[in-house]
Amino acid sequence: MSDLLTLAGVHTHIGRYHILQGVDFAVPEGQTTMLLGRNGAGKTTTLRTIMGLWPASHGEISLSGARIEASTTPDIARLGVGYVPESMAVFSDLTVKENLVLGARDGDLDEARLDWIFGFFPALRRFWLSRAGSLSGGQKQMLSIARAIVEPRKLLLIDEPTKGLAPAIVMALIECLKEIKRRGATILLVEQNFHAARELGDAVLVMDNGAIVHRGAMSALAEDVALQERLLGLSLETHQ
Amino acid sequence: MTDTAAAGPLPKPKRDFLPALLPAAFALLMLPLVGSASSWATLLAASLAMGMMIFIMASGLTLVFGLMDVLNFGHGAFIAVGAYVATLVFLPLAGLSQADSLASNLAVLVPAAVLSMGITAVLGLVVERVLILPVYGQHLKQILMTTGGLIVAEQTLYALWGPQIIPMPLPASLRGSFIFGDVAIAKYRLLAMLVGLVVFISIQLVLNRTRIGLLIRAGVENREMVEALGYRIRRLFLGVFMVGAALAGLGGVMWGLYREQVHASIGDELTVLVFIVVIIGGLGSVGGCFIGALLVAMVANYGGFLVPKLALVSNILLMVAILMWRPRGLYAVTSR
Repeated sequence: MSDLLTLAGVHTHIGRYHILQGVDFAVPEGQTTMLLGRNGAGKTTTLRTIMGLWPASHGEISLSGARIEASTTPDIARLGVGYVPESMAVFSDLTVKENLVLGARDGDLDEARLDWIFGFFPALRRFWLSRAGSLSGGQKQMLSIARAIVEPRKLLLIDEPTKGLAPAIVMALIECLKEIKRRGATILLVEQNFHAARELGDAVLVMDNGAIVHRGAMSALAEDVALQERLLGLSLETHQ
Repeated sequence: MTDTAAAGPLPKPKRDFLPALLPAAFALLMLPLVGSASSWATLLAASLAMGMMIFIMASGLTLVFGLMDVLNFGHGAFIAVGAYVATLVFLPLAGLSQADSLASNLAVLVPAAVLSMGITAVLGLVVERVLILPVYGQHLKQILMTTGGLIVAEQTLYALWGPQIIPMPLPASLRGSFIFGDVAIAKYRLLAMLVGLVVFISIQLVLNRTRIGLLIRAGVENREMVEALGYRIRRLFLGVFMVGAALAGLGGVMWGLYREQVHASIGDELTVLVFIVVIIGGLGSVGGCFIGALLVAMVANYGGFLVPKLALVSNILLMVAILMWRPRGLYAVTSR
Protein backbone atom coordinates (compact mmCIF):
# COMPACT_ATOMS: atom_id res chain seq x y z
CA MET A 1 0.00 0.00 0.00
CA SER A 2 1.46 3.37 -0.99
CA ASP A 3 1.75 6.31 1.35
CA LEU A 4 -0.61 9.19 0.61
CA LEU A 5 0.95 11.65 3.04
CA THR A 6 4.51 11.76 4.32
CA LEU A 7 6.20 14.11 6.75
CA ALA A 8 9.98 14.15 6.98
CA GLY A 9 11.85 16.15 9.62
CA VAL A 10 9.06 18.70 10.01
CA HIS A 11 9.67 21.53 12.44
CA THR A 12 7.13 24.23 13.31
CA HIS A 13 7.72 27.38 15.30
CA ILE A 14 4.88 29.48 16.67
CA GLY A 15 6.37 32.77 17.71
CA ARG A 16 9.38 31.87 19.82
CA TYR A 17 8.03 28.43 20.68
CA HIS A 18 9.49 25.41 18.90
CA ILE A 19 6.47 23.11 18.77
CA LEU A 20 7.18 20.40 16.21
CA GLN A 21 10.75 19.16 16.53
CA GLY A 22 11.38 16.88 13.60
CA VAL A 23 8.16 14.99 12.92
CA ASP A 24 8.48 11.97 10.61
CA PHE A 25 5.62 9.71 9.62
CA ALA A 26 3.63 8.39 6.71
CA VAL A 27 -0.10 7.88 6.29
CA PRO A 28 -0.91 4.92 4.03
CA GLU A 29 -3.61 5.37 1.45
CA GLY A 30 -7.02 4.01 2.39
CA GLN A 31 -6.17 3.59 6.07
CA THR A 32 -7.11 5.43 9.22
CA THR A 33 -4.07 6.54 11.15
CA MET A 34 -4.59 7.61 14.73
CA LEU A 35 -2.44 10.40 16.14
CA LEU A 36 -2.33 10.11 19.91
CA GLY A 37 -0.42 11.87 22.64
CA ARG A 38 -0.69 13.89 25.79
CA ASN A 39 -2.10 17.41 25.75
CA GLY A 40 0.51 19.76 24.35
CA ALA A 41 2.38 16.98 22.52
CA GLY A 42 1.91 18.71 19.16
CA LYS A 43 -0.99 16.79 17.59
CA THR A 44 -3.10 19.78 16.61
CA THR A 45 0.00 21.64 15.45
CA THR A 46 0.83 18.67 13.21
CA LEU A 47 -2.58 18.82 11.52
CA ARG A 48 -2.43 22.60 11.17
CA THR A 49 1.07 22.39 9.72
CA ILE A 50 -0.04 19.81 7.14
CA MET A 51 -2.95 22.11 6.29
CA GLY A 52 -0.60 25.08 5.91
CA LEU A 53 -2.30 27.05 8.66
CA TRP A 54 0.98 27.24 10.55
CA PRO A 55 3.90 27.04 8.13
CA ALA A 56 6.58 24.40 8.64
CA SER A 57 9.86 26.13 9.41
CA HIS A 58 11.84 23.12 8.20
CA GLY A 59 11.24 19.70 6.71
CA GLU A 60 9.22 18.15 3.91
CA ILE A 61 5.53 17.37 3.61
CA SER A 62 4.36 15.40 0.57
CA LEU A 63 0.88 14.54 -0.61
CA SER A 64 0.74 11.85 -3.31
CA GLY A 65 4.44 12.50 -3.87
CA ALA A 66 4.04 16.26 -4.44
CA ARG A 67 5.69 18.61 -1.96
CA ILE A 68 3.15 20.85 -0.19
CA GLU A 69 5.01 22.38 2.77
CA ALA A 70 5.37 25.70 0.92
CA SER A 71 1.82 25.68 -0.45
CA THR A 72 -0.90 27.96 0.86
CA THR A 73 -3.85 26.56 2.80
CA PRO A 74 -6.35 27.03 -0.08
CA ASP A 75 -3.97 25.24 -2.48
CA ILE A 76 -3.56 22.33 -0.07
CA ALA A 77 -7.35 22.10 0.35
CA ARG A 78 -7.74 22.12 -3.43
CA LEU A 79 -5.46 19.09 -3.64
CA GLY A 80 -8.23 17.18 -1.88
CA VAL A 81 -7.47 17.61 1.80
CA GLY A 82 -10.47 18.04 4.09
CA TYR A 83 -9.96 19.51 7.54
CA VAL A 84 -12.17 19.22 10.61
CA PRO A 85 -10.63 21.41 13.33
CA GLU A 86 -10.91 20.74 17.04
CA SER A 87 -13.13 23.79 17.44
CA MET A 88 -15.53 22.48 14.73
CA ALA A 89 -15.45 25.95 13.18
CA VAL A 90 -18.91 25.84 11.68
CA PHE A 91 -20.07 29.21 10.43
CA SER A 92 -22.63 30.09 13.12
CA ASP A 93 -24.37 32.88 11.23
CA LEU A 94 -24.81 30.71 8.13
CA THR A 95 -27.45 28.03 7.70
CA VAL A 96 -26.66 24.32 7.62
CA LYS A 97 -27.19 24.42 3.87
CA GLU A 98 -24.86 27.38 3.41
CA ASN A 99 -22.17 25.66 5.49
CA LEU A 100 -22.35 22.63 3.22
CA VAL A 101 -22.50 24.72 0.04
CA LEU A 102 -19.18 26.25 1.09
CA GLY A 103 -17.76 22.74 1.45
CA ALA A 104 -18.55 22.11 -2.22
CA ARG A 105 -16.12 24.40 -3.97
CA ASP A 106 -17.93 24.51 -7.31
CA GLY A 107 -21.10 25.47 -5.43
CA ASP A 108 -23.17 22.46 -6.54
CA LEU A 109 -24.16 19.91 -3.95
CA ASP A 110 -24.26 16.31 -5.19
CA GLU A 111 -27.74 15.06 -4.25
CA ALA A 112 -26.67 11.42 -3.98
CA ARG A 113 -23.78 12.32 -1.73
CA LEU A 114 -26.02 14.52 0.37
CA ASP A 115 -28.44 11.61 0.82
CA TRP A 116 -25.52 9.45 1.90
CA ILE A 117 -24.51 12.10 4.47
CA PHE A 118 -28.10 12.54 5.67
CA GLY A 119 -28.20 8.77 6.15
CA PHE A 120 -25.96 9.06 9.19
CA PHE A 121 -26.59 12.74 10.02
CA PRO A 122 -30.40 13.06 9.65
CA ALA A 123 -30.39 16.16 11.85
CA LEU A 124 -28.70 18.07 9.07
CA ARG A 125 -31.62 17.43 6.72
CA ARG A 126 -34.10 18.43 9.42
CA PHE A 127 -32.32 21.67 10.21
CA TRP A 128 -31.30 22.39 6.63
CA LEU A 129 -32.30 26.05 6.73
CA SER A 130 -31.56 26.71 10.40
CA ARG A 131 -28.61 28.77 11.54
CA ALA A 132 -25.66 26.57 12.42
CA GLY A 133 -25.16 28.60 15.58
CA SER A 134 -28.42 27.27 16.98
CA LEU A 135 -27.37 23.60 16.65
CA SER A 136 -26.26 21.54 19.64
CA GLY A 137 -22.57 20.70 20.10
CA GLY A 138 -23.04 17.23 18.62
CA GLN A 139 -24.96 18.57 15.64
CA LYS A 140 -22.26 21.16 15.02
CA GLN A 141 -19.66 18.40 15.02
CA MET A 142 -21.77 16.44 12.54
CA LEU A 143 -22.01 19.53 10.35
CA SER A 144 -18.27 20.10 10.56
CA ILE A 145 -17.57 16.53 9.43
CA ALA A 146 -20.30 16.67 6.78
CA ARG A 147 -18.77 19.85 5.37
CA ALA A 148 -15.42 18.11 5.06
CA ILE A 149 -16.90 15.13 3.19
CA VAL A 150 -19.56 16.86 1.12
CA GLU A 151 -17.13 16.36 -1.74
CA PRO A 152 -14.83 13.33 -2.07
CA ARG A 153 -11.44 14.06 -0.48
CA LYS A 154 -8.13 12.31 -0.85
CA LEU A 155 -7.26 12.85 2.78
CA LEU A 156 -9.25 13.86 5.84
CA LEU A 157 -7.54 15.54 8.80
CA ILE A 158 -9.85 15.33 11.80
CA ASP A 159 -8.96 16.83 15.16
CA GLU A 160 -10.63 15.30 18.22
CA PRO A 161 -14.16 14.96 16.82
CA THR A 162 -15.54 13.35 19.99
CA LYS A 163 -14.15 15.91 22.42
CA GLY A 164 -16.77 17.14 24.87
CA LEU A 165 -19.62 15.15 23.32
CA ALA A 166 -22.07 12.87 25.12
CA PRO A 167 -21.29 9.13 24.87
CA ALA A 168 -24.32 8.43 22.68
CA ILE A 169 -23.21 11.05 20.20
CA VAL A 170 -19.67 9.70 20.29
CA MET A 171 -20.99 6.28 19.26
CA ALA A 172 -22.90 7.87 16.40
CA LEU A 173 -19.84 9.71 15.22
CA ILE A 174 -17.76 6.54 15.33
CA GLU A 175 -20.32 4.83 13.11
CA CYS A 176 -20.13 7.74 10.69
CA LEU A 177 -16.35 7.69 10.55
CA LYS A 178 -16.43 3.92 10.00
CA GLU A 179 -18.75 4.46 7.04
CA ILE A 180 -16.44 7.12 5.61
CA LYS A 181 -13.56 4.70 6.10
CA ARG A 182 -15.46 1.91 4.32
CA ARG A 183 -15.70 4.20 1.31
CA GLY A 184 -11.93 4.08 1.12
CA ALA A 185 -11.09 7.47 2.63
CA THR A 186 -7.64 8.07 4.03
CA ILE A 187 -7.92 9.63 7.47
CA LEU A 188 -5.43 11.11 9.90
CA LEU A 189 -7.37 11.34 13.13
CA VAL A 190 -6.37 12.95 16.38
CA GLU A 191 -8.37 11.29 19.12
CA GLN A 192 -8.18 10.91 22.88
CA ASN A 193 -11.16 8.60 23.21
CA PHE A 194 -9.85 5.05 23.55
CA HIS A 195 -12.98 3.38 22.27
CA ALA A 196 -12.99 5.57 19.17
CA ALA A 197 -9.29 5.05 18.60
CA ARG A 198 -9.55 1.26 18.87
CA GLU A 199 -12.65 1.09 16.68
CA LEU A 200 -11.32 3.28 13.93
CA GLY A 201 -7.54 3.06 13.87
CA ASP A 202 -5.54 0.85 11.55
CA ALA A 203 -2.22 2.40 12.42
CA VAL A 204 -1.21 4.55 15.36
CA LEU A 205 1.31 7.30 15.91
CA VAL A 206 2.09 8.58 19.38
CA MET A 207 3.57 12.04 19.85
CA ASP A 208 5.44 13.54 22.73
CA ASN A 209 7.28 16.86 22.94
CA GLY A 210 6.74 17.61 19.28
CA ALA A 211 8.07 14.33 17.87
CA ILE A 212 6.75 10.87 17.02
CA VAL A 213 7.79 8.46 19.79
CA HIS A 214 5.90 5.38 18.67
CA ARG A 215 4.41 4.01 15.49
CA GLY A 216 2.71 0.70 14.84
CA ALA A 217 -0.61 -1.09 14.54
CA MET A 218 -3.49 0.32 16.60
CA SER A 219 -4.49 -3.15 17.64
CA ALA A 220 -1.05 -3.80 19.12
CA LEU A 221 -1.15 -0.62 21.22
CA ALA A 222 -4.73 -1.31 22.30
CA GLU A 223 -3.68 -4.64 23.75
CA ASP A 224 -0.49 -3.49 25.44
CA VAL A 225 -1.42 -1.64 28.64
CA ALA A 226 2.22 -1.28 29.71
CA LEU A 227 3.07 0.37 26.43
CA GLN A 228 0.09 2.69 26.75
CA GLU A 229 1.19 3.76 30.20
CA ARG A 230 4.76 4.32 29.04
CA LEU A 231 3.74 6.34 25.98
CA LEU A 232 0.68 8.19 27.17
CA GLY A 233 1.19 8.32 30.92
CA LEU A 234 -1.95 6.27 31.56
CA SER A 235 -3.75 3.37 30.06
CA LEU A 236 -6.18 4.17 27.27
CA GLU A 237 -8.92 2.41 29.22
CA THR A 238 -8.71 5.13 31.86
CA HIS A 239 -8.46 7.87 29.25
CA GLN A 240 -11.93 7.80 27.82
CA MET B 1 -26.58 6.19 12.26
CA THR B 2 -28.65 7.11 15.24
CA ASP B 3 -29.40 10.72 15.62
CA THR B 4 -29.29 11.20 19.31
CA ALA B 5 -28.18 14.78 19.01
CA ALA B 6 -31.23 15.71 17.02
CA ALA B 7 -33.73 14.26 19.45
CA GLY B 8 -35.05 17.57 20.74
CA PRO B 9 -36.57 20.33 18.72
CA LEU B 10 -34.14 22.97 17.56
CA PRO B 11 -34.59 26.20 19.49
CA LYS B 12 -35.87 28.94 17.27
CA PRO B 13 -33.06 31.35 16.47
CA LYS B 14 -33.48 34.52 18.44
CA ARG B 15 -34.08 37.47 16.19
CA ASP B 16 -32.47 40.48 17.75
CA PHE B 17 -34.66 43.41 16.76
CA LEU B 18 -33.78 45.63 19.68
CA PRO B 19 -30.86 47.49 18.06
CA ALA B 20 -32.89 47.91 14.85
CA LEU B 21 -35.60 49.68 16.83
CA LEU B 22 -33.18 52.10 18.49
CA PRO B 23 -33.18 54.83 15.81
CA ALA B 24 -37.00 54.93 15.70
CA ALA B 25 -37.20 54.90 19.51
CA PHE B 26 -34.61 57.65 19.75
CA ALA B 27 -36.41 59.78 17.19
CA LEU B 28 -39.75 59.38 18.99
CA LEU B 29 -38.11 60.23 22.30
CA MET B 30 -36.87 63.47 20.78
CA LEU B 31 -40.34 64.60 19.69
CA PRO B 32 -41.50 66.01 23.06
CA LEU B 33 -38.04 67.43 23.72
CA VAL B 34 -37.88 69.31 20.43
CA GLY B 35 -41.45 70.52 20.85
CA SER B 36 -42.25 71.60 17.31
CA ALA B 37 -43.29 68.77 14.99
CA SER B 38 -41.95 70.56 11.92
CA SER B 39 -38.54 71.12 13.52
CA TRP B 40 -38.53 67.52 14.64
CA ALA B 41 -39.31 66.27 11.13
CA THR B 42 -36.71 68.54 9.56
CA LEU B 43 -34.10 67.28 12.00
CA LEU B 44 -35.18 63.71 11.29
CA ALA B 45 -34.70 64.23 7.55
CA ALA B 46 -31.30 65.81 8.18
CA SER B 47 -30.36 62.87 10.41
CA LEU B 48 -31.45 60.26 7.91
CA ALA B 49 -29.56 61.96 5.08
CA MET B 50 -26.41 62.42 7.14
CA GLY B 51 -26.68 58.88 8.48
CA MET B 52 -26.97 57.41 5.01
CA MET B 53 -23.89 59.29 3.83
CA ILE B 54 -21.89 58.13 6.83
CA PHE B 55 -23.12 54.59 6.23
CA ILE B 56 -21.93 54.68 2.63
CA MET B 57 -18.47 55.73 3.83
CA ALA B 58 -18.32 53.26 6.71
CA SER B 59 -19.80 50.13 5.10
CA GLY B 60 -16.57 49.20 3.31
CA LEU B 61 -14.50 49.77 6.42
CA THR B 62 -16.57 47.43 8.57
CA LEU B 63 -16.26 44.60 6.03
CA VAL B 64 -12.52 45.22 5.66
CA PHE B 65 -12.06 44.95 9.41
CA GLY B 66 -14.44 42.03 9.80
CA LEU B 67 -13.00 40.02 6.94
CA MET B 68 -9.28 40.47 7.46
CA ASP B 69 -8.88 42.11 10.85
CA VAL B 70 -7.23 45.07 9.14
CA LEU B 71 -7.32 48.44 10.91
CA ASN B 72 -7.38 50.94 8.07
CA PHE B 73 -6.95 54.39 9.58
CA GLY B 74 -6.39 55.67 6.06
CA HIS B 75 -10.00 55.07 5.02
CA GLY B 76 -10.60 58.82 5.20
CA ALA B 77 -8.12 59.30 2.34
CA PHE B 78 -10.56 57.57 -0.02
CA ILE B 79 -13.31 59.95 1.14
CA ALA B 80 -11.13 63.01 0.49
CA VAL B 81 -9.82 61.74 -2.86
CA GLY B 82 -13.36 60.91 -3.94
CA ALA B 83 -14.51 64.45 -3.15
CA TYR B 84 -11.53 66.04 -4.92
CA VAL B 85 -11.89 63.87 -8.02
CA ALA B 86 -15.51 65.02 -8.26
CA THR B 87 -14.31 68.63 -8.51
CA LEU B 88 -12.45 67.63 -11.68
CA VAL B 89 -15.86 67.09 -13.26
CA PHE B 90 -17.94 69.67 -11.41
CA LEU B 91 -15.68 72.71 -11.89
CA PRO B 92 -15.13 72.50 -15.66
CA LEU B 93 -18.78 71.59 -16.21
CA ALA B 94 -20.20 74.21 -13.83
CA GLY B 95 -22.43 75.51 -16.61
CA LEU B 96 -24.17 72.16 -17.02
CA SER B 97 -24.29 71.65 -13.26
CA GLN B 98 -26.03 74.98 -12.69
CA ALA B 99 -28.38 74.73 -15.70
CA ASP B 100 -32.09 74.47 -14.99
CA SER B 101 -32.28 71.01 -16.45
CA LEU B 102 -32.25 67.79 -14.48
CA ALA B 103 -30.72 65.92 -17.43
CA SER B 104 -27.84 68.43 -17.66
CA ASN B 105 -27.28 68.22 -13.90
CA LEU B 106 -27.25 64.44 -13.97
CA ALA B 107 -24.80 64.56 -16.89
CA VAL B 108 -22.36 66.09 -14.41
CA LEU B 109 -23.34 64.32 -11.20
CA VAL B 110 -23.31 60.74 -12.48
CA PRO B 111 -19.92 60.90 -14.29
CA ALA B 112 -18.45 62.66 -11.25
CA ALA B 113 -19.65 59.89 -8.94
CA VAL B 114 -18.54 57.12 -11.31
CA LEU B 115 -15.10 58.68 -11.86
CA SER B 116 -14.61 59.16 -8.12
CA MET B 117 -15.57 55.58 -7.39
CA GLY B 118 -13.34 54.26 -10.16
CA ILE B 119 -10.29 56.23 -9.05
CA THR B 120 -10.76 55.44 -5.36
CA ALA B 121 -11.19 51.74 -6.21
CA VAL B 122 -7.86 51.79 -8.08
CA LEU B 123 -6.31 53.71 -5.20
CA GLY B 124 -7.70 51.02 -2.89
CA LEU B 125 -5.95 48.37 -4.99
CA VAL B 126 -2.63 50.22 -4.68
CA VAL B 127 -3.05 50.84 -0.93
CA GLU B 128 -3.90 47.19 -0.25
CA ARG B 129 -0.94 45.89 -2.25
CA VAL B 130 1.61 48.45 -1.03
CA LEU B 131 0.56 49.39 2.51
CA ILE B 132 -1.67 46.62 3.85
CA LEU B 133 -0.23 43.43 2.36
CA PRO B 134 3.14 43.68 4.16
CA VAL B 135 1.50 44.19 7.55
CA TYR B 136 -1.29 41.60 7.67
CA GLY B 137 -1.85 40.43 11.24
CA GLN B 138 0.17 43.29 12.75
CA HIS B 139 -2.23 45.86 14.13
CA LEU B 140 0.32 48.39 15.34
CA LYS B 141 2.07 48.45 11.97
CA GLN B 142 -1.31 48.68 10.22
CA ILE B 143 -2.17 51.77 12.26
CA LEU B 144 1.21 53.34 11.49
CA MET B 145 1.12 52.49 7.79
CA THR B 146 -2.46 53.55 7.15
CA THR B 147 -2.23 56.71 9.28
CA GLY B 148 0.94 57.56 7.37
CA GLY B 149 -0.94 56.86 4.13
CA LEU B 150 -3.70 59.25 5.19
CA ILE B 151 -1.17 62.02 5.92
CA VAL B 152 0.59 61.45 2.59
CA ALA B 153 -2.74 61.49 0.74
CA GLU B 154 -3.83 64.69 2.49
CA GLN B 155 -0.55 66.46 1.74
CA THR B 156 -0.67 65.26 -1.88
CA LEU B 157 -4.12 66.79 -2.22
CA TYR B 158 -2.77 70.08 -0.81
CA ALA B 159 0.14 69.93 -3.27
CA LEU B 160 -2.12 69.25 -6.27
CA TRP B 161 -5.10 71.46 -5.47
CA GLY B 162 -3.66 74.00 -3.05
CA PRO B 163 -4.68 74.73 0.55
CA GLN B 164 -7.82 76.69 -0.26
CA ILE B 165 -11.33 75.35 0.20
CA ILE B 166 -12.82 74.41 -3.16
CA PRO B 167 -16.49 75.29 -3.60
CA MET B 168 -18.63 72.52 -5.07
CA PRO B 169 -22.16 73.91 -5.34
CA LEU B 170 -25.12 71.60 -5.59
CA PRO B 171 -26.52 71.09 -9.08
CA ALA B 172 -29.44 73.45 -9.66
CA SER B 173 -32.05 70.68 -9.68
CA LEU B 174 -30.99 69.54 -6.24
CA ARG B 175 -31.29 72.96 -4.65
CA GLY B 176 -34.33 73.91 -2.64
CA SER B 177 -36.76 71.79 -0.68
CA PHE B 178 -39.92 69.84 -0.97
CA ILE B 179 -42.59 71.27 1.31
CA PHE B 180 -44.87 68.85 3.16
CA GLY B 181 -47.22 71.02 5.23
CA ASP B 182 -44.96 72.85 7.69
CA VAL B 183 -42.04 70.58 6.98
CA ALA B 184 -39.35 71.48 4.48
CA ILE B 185 -37.09 68.66 3.36
CA ALA B 186 -34.10 69.56 1.21
CA LYS B 187 -34.09 67.78 -2.16
CA TYR B 188 -30.48 66.77 -1.77
CA ARG B 189 -31.22 65.13 1.57
CA LEU B 190 -33.87 63.00 -0.08
CA LEU B 191 -31.37 62.01 -2.77
CA ALA B 192 -28.81 61.12 -0.08
CA MET B 193 -31.40 58.93 1.68
CA LEU B 194 -32.26 57.24 -1.60
CA VAL B 195 -28.62 56.56 -2.52
CA GLY B 196 -27.89 55.29 0.98
CA LEU B 197 -30.86 52.93 0.86
CA VAL B 198 -29.84 51.66 -2.58
CA VAL B 199 -26.30 51.00 -1.33
CA PHE B 200 -27.59 49.26 1.81
CA ILE B 201 -30.03 47.06 -0.11
CA SER B 202 -27.39 46.26 -2.75
CA ILE B 203 -24.86 45.21 -0.12
CA GLN B 204 -27.50 43.08 1.63
CA LEU B 205 -28.45 41.42 -1.66
CA VAL B 206 -24.84 40.66 -2.52
CA LEU B 207 -24.12 39.34 0.97
CA ASN B 208 -27.26 37.22 1.22
CA ARG B 209 -28.02 36.14 -2.33
CA THR B 210 -24.66 35.52 -3.98
CA ARG B 211 -21.84 33.05 -3.53
CA ILE B 212 -19.33 35.86 -3.10
CA GLY B 213 -21.54 37.26 -0.35
CA LEU B 214 -21.67 33.85 1.29
CA LEU B 215 -17.88 33.72 1.27
CA ILE B 216 -17.64 37.23 2.70
CA ARG B 217 -20.05 36.37 5.52
CA ALA B 218 -18.17 33.17 6.25
CA GLY B 219 -14.83 34.96 6.04
CA VAL B 220 -15.92 37.65 8.47
CA GLU B 221 -16.77 34.91 10.96
CA ASN B 222 -13.79 32.60 10.44
CA ARG B 223 -11.42 33.42 7.60
CA GLU B 224 -9.04 30.59 8.48
CA MET B 225 -11.76 27.98 7.97
CA VAL B 226 -12.74 29.56 4.67
CA GLU B 227 -9.14 29.14 3.51
CA ALA B 228 -9.11 25.56 4.80
CA LEU B 229 -12.09 24.90 2.51
CA GLY B 230 -9.97 25.94 -0.47
CA TYR B 231 -10.94 29.56 -1.03
CA ARG B 232 -8.30 32.23 -1.61
CA ILE B 233 -9.63 34.79 0.80
CA ARG B 234 -6.87 37.31 0.11
CA ARG B 235 -8.26 37.83 -3.39
CA LEU B 236 -11.74 38.20 -1.99
CA PHE B 237 -10.42 40.69 0.53
CA LEU B 238 -8.74 42.72 -2.22
CA GLY B 239 -12.11 42.92 -3.98
CA VAL B 240 -13.89 43.97 -0.78
CA PHE B 241 -11.18 46.53 -0.07
CA MET B 242 -11.59 48.06 -3.53
CA VAL B 243 -15.38 48.17 -3.23
CA GLY B 244 -15.04 49.69 0.24
CA ALA B 245 -12.68 52.35 -1.14
CA ALA B 246 -15.08 53.07 -4.00
CA LEU B 247 -17.99 53.48 -1.59
CA ALA B 248 -15.86 55.81 0.55
CA GLY B 249 -15.15 57.78 -2.63
CA LEU B 250 -18.87 57.99 -3.37
CA GLY B 251 -19.46 59.09 0.21
CA GLY B 252 -16.81 61.78 -0.26
CA VAL B 253 -18.61 63.13 -3.34
CA MET B 254 -21.91 63.18 -1.49
CA TRP B 255 -20.43 64.79 1.60
CA GLY B 256 -18.68 67.42 -0.53
CA LEU B 257 -21.99 68.27 -2.19
CA TYR B 258 -23.75 68.25 1.18
CA ARG B 259 -21.28 70.81 2.51
CA GLU B 260 -20.96 72.42 -0.95
CA GLN B 261 -17.23 72.59 -0.47
CA VAL B 262 -14.20 70.34 -0.51
CA HIS B 263 -11.01 70.55 1.51
CA ALA B 264 -8.16 68.13 2.13
CA SER B 265 -8.93 67.53 5.80
CA ILE B 266 -12.40 66.16 4.99
CA GLY B 267 -10.95 62.65 5.30
CA ASP B 268 -9.38 63.41 8.67
CA GLU B 269 -12.63 64.79 10.03
CA LEU B 270 -14.74 61.89 8.88
CA THR B 271 -12.33 59.08 9.83
CA VAL B 272 -13.17 59.40 13.53
CA LEU B 273 -16.89 59.50 12.80
CA VAL B 274 -16.68 56.49 10.52
CA PHE B 275 -14.73 54.49 13.10
CA ILE B 276 -17.27 55.34 15.80
CA VAL B 277 -20.03 54.04 13.53
CA VAL B 278 -18.14 50.81 12.77
CA ILE B 279 -17.46 50.20 16.47
CA ILE B 280 -21.02 50.98 17.51
CA GLY B 281 -22.43 48.70 14.82
CA GLY B 282 -20.19 45.74 15.64
CA LEU B 283 -17.07 45.02 13.64
CA GLY B 284 -17.97 43.35 10.36
CA SER B 285 -21.71 43.93 10.61
CA VAL B 286 -23.23 45.88 7.72
CA GLY B 287 -26.64 46.01 9.43
CA GLY B 288 -25.04 47.26 12.65
CA CYS B 289 -23.09 49.82 10.67
CA PHE B 290 -26.34 51.06 9.10
CA ILE B 291 -28.05 51.47 12.46
CA GLY B 292 -24.91 52.95 14.01
CA ALA B 293 -24.71 55.57 11.25
CA LEU B 294 -28.33 56.57 11.78
CA LEU B 295 -27.84 56.82 15.54
CA VAL B 296 -24.70 58.91 15.21
CA ALA B 297 -26.46 61.27 12.82
CA MET B 298 -29.53 61.54 15.04
CA VAL B 299 -27.51 62.24 18.16
CA ALA B 300 -25.50 64.87 16.24
CA ASN B 301 -28.60 66.61 14.83
CA TYR B 302 -31.01 66.40 17.74
CA GLY B 303 -28.19 66.88 20.25
CA GLY B 304 -26.90 69.89 18.34
CA PHE B 305 -30.41 71.39 18.29
CA LEU B 306 -31.25 70.77 21.95
CA VAL B 307 -27.86 71.16 23.64
CA PRO B 308 -25.42 72.70 21.15
CA LYS B 309 -22.42 72.32 23.46
CA LEU B 310 -23.10 68.61 23.77
CA ALA B 311 -22.54 68.18 20.03
CA LEU B 312 -18.78 68.20 20.63
CA VAL B 313 -18.88 64.99 22.62
CA SER B 314 -22.23 63.47 21.65
CA ASN B 315 -20.77 60.76 19.39
CA ILE B 316 -18.27 59.64 22.00
CA LEU B 317 -21.01 59.53 24.64
CA LEU B 318 -23.18 57.49 22.29
CA MET B 319 -20.34 55.04 21.67
CA VAL B 320 -19.67 54.69 25.40
CA ALA B 321 -23.36 54.07 26.10
CA ILE B 322 -23.69 51.46 23.34
CA LEU B 323 -20.51 49.65 24.37
CA MET B 324 -21.61 49.58 28.00
CA TRP B 325 -24.83 47.92 26.84
CA ARG B 326 -23.25 45.68 24.19
CA PRO B 327 -19.46 45.58 24.51
CA ARG B 328 -19.01 44.08 21.02
CA GLY B 329 -21.32 46.54 19.30
CA LEU B 330 -24.99 46.39 18.34
CA TYR B 331 -24.61 43.31 16.15
CA ALA B 332 -21.44 41.40 16.96
CA VAL B 333 -20.29 39.28 14.04
CA THR B 334 -16.66 38.56 14.80
CA SER B 335 -15.30 37.56 18.19
CA ARG B 336 -12.61 40.20 17.93
